[in-house]
Amino acid sequence: MKLDTSGLESFPSLISHGNDVVGEFEAPPSFELPNSNDFDGFLKEAIQMVKPAKGTTTLAFIFKEGVMVAADSRASMGGYISSQSVKKIIEINPYMLGTMAGGAADCQFWHRNLGIKCRLHELANKRRISVTGASKLLANILYSYRGMGLSVGTMIAGWDETGPGLYYVDSEGGRLKGTRFSVGSGSPYAYGVLDSGYKYDMSIEEASELARRAIYHATFRDGASGGVASVYYVGPTGWKKLSGDDVGELHYHYNPVTPSTVEQEMVEATGP
Amino acid sequence: MTKQHANWSPYDNNGGSCVAIAGSDYCVIAADTRMSTGYNILTRDYSKISHLAEKCVMASSGFQADVKALQKVLSARHLTYQHQHNKQMSCPAMAQLLSNTLYYKRFFPYYSFNVLGGLDSEGKGCVFTYDAVGSYERVGYSSQGSGSTLIMPFLDNQLKSPSPLLLPAQDAVTPLSETEAVDLVKTVFASATERDIYTGDKVEIVILNASGIHREFMDLRKD
Repeated sequence: MKLDTSGLESFPSLISHGNDVVGEFEAPPSFELPNSNDFDGFLKEAIQMVKPAKGTTTLAFIFKEGVMVAADSRASMGGYISSQSVKKIIEINPYMLGTMAGGAADCQFWHRNLGIKCRLHELANKRRISVTGASKLLANILYSYRGMGLSVGTMIAGWDETGPGLYYVDSEGGRLKGTRFSVGSGSPYAYGVLDSGYKYDMSIEEASELARRAIYHATFRDGASGGVASVYYVGPTGWKKLSGDDVGELHYHYNPVTPSTVEQEMVEATGP
Repeated sequence: MTKQHANWSPYDNNGGSCVAIAGSDYCVIAADTRMSTGYNILTRDYSKISHLAEKCVMASSGFQADVKALQKVLSARHLTYQHQHNKQMSCPAMAQLLSNTLYYKRFFPYYSFNVLGGLDSEGKGCVFTYDAVGSYERVGYSSQGSGSTLIMPFLDNQLKSPSPLLLPAQDAVTPLSETEAVDLVKTVFASATERDIYTGDKVEIVILNASGIHREFMDLRKD
């Protein structure tokens, strides 16, 4: 019996079909290759692009009472946990917070620098800088270093004359205004919890519990997130830290262990 | 055309481990004294510890040429500070200076993994831990260097201090006494020496407390 090896052929069939549509369906797939001399290197770079980066979970959202900001506290260097107590919510000034995702030194340094610039703005203009202005300052600095390897994925949250403000700024030069953001490798998990529980008309307690839960669930499923879940609230009088809970303890808080009666089990085991 | 790779690197790793532990009124900073390159030992008697200010001591492992340059820069900046402010720099101030100094070379970093220890303005022990480009945080204890992955889990087990991020806040300093902390450091280095080829020879231990600075050495395996 002659084996039908037509499926192994990579050249399109030269037999013409009457109907063009049928012809298209029957043409075997062919892969487009990039016009690169170094295909191997190109592939390596492509894989690097889709690799999950920024091992962390941070989130922030605007609601009726203000802005809620939360983050985990784990820092990883490859597979090694270099710290479980990193401050990822940075206090730029008493009414503005920044979150850290990406390179720790990059985020720390540029947020400190932003705080200095905000203070200079206050002294020069005799009024506080807006969240829009502060985020633009940071975004412009990061844009000027674009392509040089900085890794920053931050959210600037604050309360200014126009009310609560939230911007996402990253080291690619992106700057987005929004009401709900989550950044980091744990962000898909955090978004799941955050988006399903979000209501604009939440109270501060409900919002902080939602933020805490979202971080907890992200740390549960994402290996690069963990440590302490910190929750901050930004209101008209500035920011206030609401809670800092170890996620290991939060787990048993959300999933309490009910002790079973040991004697009962033993009696059942020795039954007839 | 495949990317050309450099046939020379400006960096080298001279190995070694450093540890620092903060107490309620003291701080212990220690580092081994072995300096290596590849599989060779360059010297068994090299100090990785630098006394930056009266109440501030830094231990650094990594590329010792960069470490020496960093120590010189910090000493010079401290001298300037003393001329301008007529006082010594506090440990938290030096901590931020070190962070900024490291970050200014963000695109050609100091290959130096630092641990800063000292007493804060209240006299309590403080330890700051760094990465190579300047991110830092205040902790109760830390280790850096080639033996850090061996040492840190042990310190976590013995000293696990509550995270400074917890609310209500809990103190980060260890309840250990000064002699207990020094004994712990000696145990830690003896263990790290067993399993890390770059750690050994001697450990230099510096203790900072209200009465000043005290230095001692302990022999380690030389193999």
